[in-house]
Amino acid sequence: MVQQTFEGEVLTEPVVVEREFETVDMNINIGPQHPATHGVFRMVLTVDGEIVKDAIPYIGYMHRGGEKLSENLDYRGALGYQDRTDYLAAFNSEWVYVNAVERLAGIEIPERAEYVRLILAEFNRLLSHFMFMGAFGTDVGYFGTAFTWTFKERERIQDLFEAVCGDRIMYNYFRVGGLAWEPHETFIEDSHWVLDQVEVGITDVDELMTNNEVFVARCRDVGAMTADEAISFGVTGPMLRASGVPFDLRVDEPYSIYDRFHWEIPVGERGDVYDRYLVRLEEMRQSVTILRQALDQMPTSGPIEPERMPARLRPPPGEIYMRQENPRGEYGIYMVSDGTDKPWRVKMRSPCFHNLSSLKPQVINAYLADAVVALGSIDIVLCEVDR
Amino acid sequence: MVLSEFAGVSMPDWIDALLRIMFIVALMTIMAFALIYLERKILARFQARVGPTRTGPIGTLQSIADALKLITKEDVRPITADRWAFELAPYMAFVPVFLVFVPMPFTETWFVRDLNLGLLFVFGVLGLNIVGVVMAAWGSDNKYALLGGVRAAAQAISYEIPMLLIVVALVMVAAGRLAVDGDASAAGSINAIVGDQTTTPYILLQPLGFFIFIVGMLAELHRPPFDMPIAESEVVGGYFVEYSGMRWGMFFLAEYTALFLLVVLASSLFLGGWNWPFGADVGLGLQIVLTFVKTSVLIVLVIGSRALFPRLRIDQLMAFSWKVLLPFSIVQVIANGIILAYGGADWVVGLVSFALLAALGGLVFYIMRRKQGEGTRTVQTTPATPRVITAPEVTPVEAGGD
Repeated sequence: MVQQTFEGEVLTEPVVVEREFETVDMNINIGPQHPATHGVFRMVLTVDGEIVKDAIPYIGYMHRGGEKLSENLDYRGALGYQDRTDYLAAFNSEWVYVNAVERLAGIEIPERAEYVRLILAEFNRLLSHFMFMGAFGTDVGYFGTAFTWTFKERERIQDLFEAVCGDRIMYNYFRVGGLAWEPHETFIEDSHWVLDQVEVGITDVDELMTNNEVFVARCRDVGAMTADEAISFGVTGPMLRASGVPFDLRVDEPYSIYDRFHWEIPVGERGDVYDRYLVRLEEMRQSVTILRQALDQMPTSGPIEPERMPARLRPPPGEIYMRQENPRGEYGIYMVSDGTDKPWRVKMRSPCFHNLSSLKPQVINAYLADAVVALGSIDIVLCEVDR
Repeated sequence: MVLSEFAGVSMPDWIDALLRIMFIVALMTIMAFALIYLERKILARFQARVGPTRTGPIGTLQSIADALKLITKEDVRPITADRWAFELAPYMAFVPVFLVFVPMPFTETWFVRDLNLGLLFVFGVLGLNIVGVVMAAWGSDNKYALLGGVRAAAQAISYEIPMLLIVVALVMVAAGRLAVDGDASAAGSINAIVGDQTTTPYILLQPLGFFIFIVGMLAELHRPPFDMPIAESEVVGGYFVEYSGMRWGMFFLAEYTALFLLVVLASSLFLGGWNWPFGADVGLGLQIVLTFVKTSVLIVLVIGSRALFPRLRIDQLMAFSWKVLLPFSIVQVIANGIILAYGGADWVVGLVSFALLAALGGLVFYIMRRKQGEGTRTVQTTPATPRVITAPEVTPVEAGGD
């Protein structure tokens, strides 16, 4: 008996176990339209009762050819596309892109713009992790409580972003060389107010989930990965740190002005789903620390763009690989310039793609429900995986 | 008291019973609508939302609107479904739940029939509704539904046993107390059990029983943390995933009716039903208020558990039933037997049961904290000391144009 998928591909032949009764493994299709898959991810699980025997992930439903599109636009034009890759951390993605172009073209940016960028990117990290908490809570089985509680905080951050740049998801606010326009007058006060609220929100999430017996039962020792395994899959970000590797690009390859602040990197011990949750929770607290310091240090006046910017950007021929710590891990832009006004090659290194590749060993021989939780703990954004 | 006395006309017994059943069915349908509305409102408060507000004053007509929508909706049957199993399953889930209301005492005199073995009847008939669930799961010809149905069956079998055993322990206590008045054989009747709780609700005598009953009730109703048969993020809705329109609505109605039913049962068995704390002489009106106050408290508890608990895994659920609840309920039965055989006082029964409950709680707490591990709350941190900046350098290459 051979089962075929949509694409005509032959799946693993169902294993017929000879016991008193003959049992046949069952193929279950999860996604691309399934409540548990974040975005349009699809996996075909071969299950023996409740135990997952095999998992075949399918990606590509969101592929829009973003890299090639960027190569056909000039350096500034492709910026909007970055919002559409990691739509939960659009500021972080934009930041990587503008940093890559600036380094390629050798543009110095004013200090105040650097601070605003860092503040917005860290807020975006908070927003993304709140989103994770909500979605992950739903995967584990909270009937909406985790989701609504975290979305309340996410909403406040989005309101702040809306005040700054007029949009709530697709910001397109950073520019090569600086920012599109000044942030609004009460930016610093508003940010402090949002941070106060967000701190309460983090405590709420902590109290709702961390010590809940059922939550612990569901998350502990599920999908555990050792440090070696994580590194061999190219896993980065909170997942890698949960496996015990203190690797954070903000420290290991400091970009921007991260060396001016004091904070700590949370590191997990067992590398399971619960550690990934804890690491993200602590990272949110550390982000708040960074934000408080940045808001205090930020110059209140000054330029947000260099005095002279070329009308048409033609970086000298060369290549660059710029990588930064996004909420989901190492987001990199590889860019080759041939001296014209369009990049010759743009490659996006997506953290989710590499993190997602570690899913299969996590779910094999686990329960069906564990597969859902393990998938949720990766915190994938399919727009970014498929690009 | 039969209804004929109440209405002032004489009628045959079977017409009286029929009228009472119709009254119960009508009342339960209204109660289910009210419960759905209440659940949405209370859950919304838990979740920092407002719930339905648009239909009628503060959204009170939302359930009616939903029901109208369900009735007018197309009833889809998958072409590969097993026709009879698929179409009869909602009734099989629906009828037993309503049948179980026969011996439920809402007040001292408001019930269809006071069955002498009412408790046995309740559990015997309630166990039937799993047949409807399995029929739905098998008849739908859907893998999610099948998984959900198998989960539901496993869960129902596992949780009915501790629940039954703990009711046996309760009946032992009730028989001991009723024997003082001379009629120990009435201990199977729910109304007799409620009638005995004038001064002492049985929750004081059997706290462990109350806990296990509530847990079993949540499992029976597929409520969090035991909602894996209908887990949305795993099996997309479980056994009724292929149902639409009023057939789906009947599953829903059966679920909420069962919620009300089990809550009434819990309040009758453990919280003194219509009796405690005012006694039997307060009259019909106050008795019904008492019943509804107690059931409301329990319903808020059930809805709160939906808001505040994630979902267990199927093996953890089974382990919790067979390895924790079942041994404890057996110990409770044995302990009750020994104490009652030696003529122990009520407070000894209560104390032993409370000690067992504390032991259960301590055990679960210990196991979970051990599983959670030591250093999890304080994730080990390393100070972020800036290291050597190795900014990526621009290296000129000969990039070929295209």
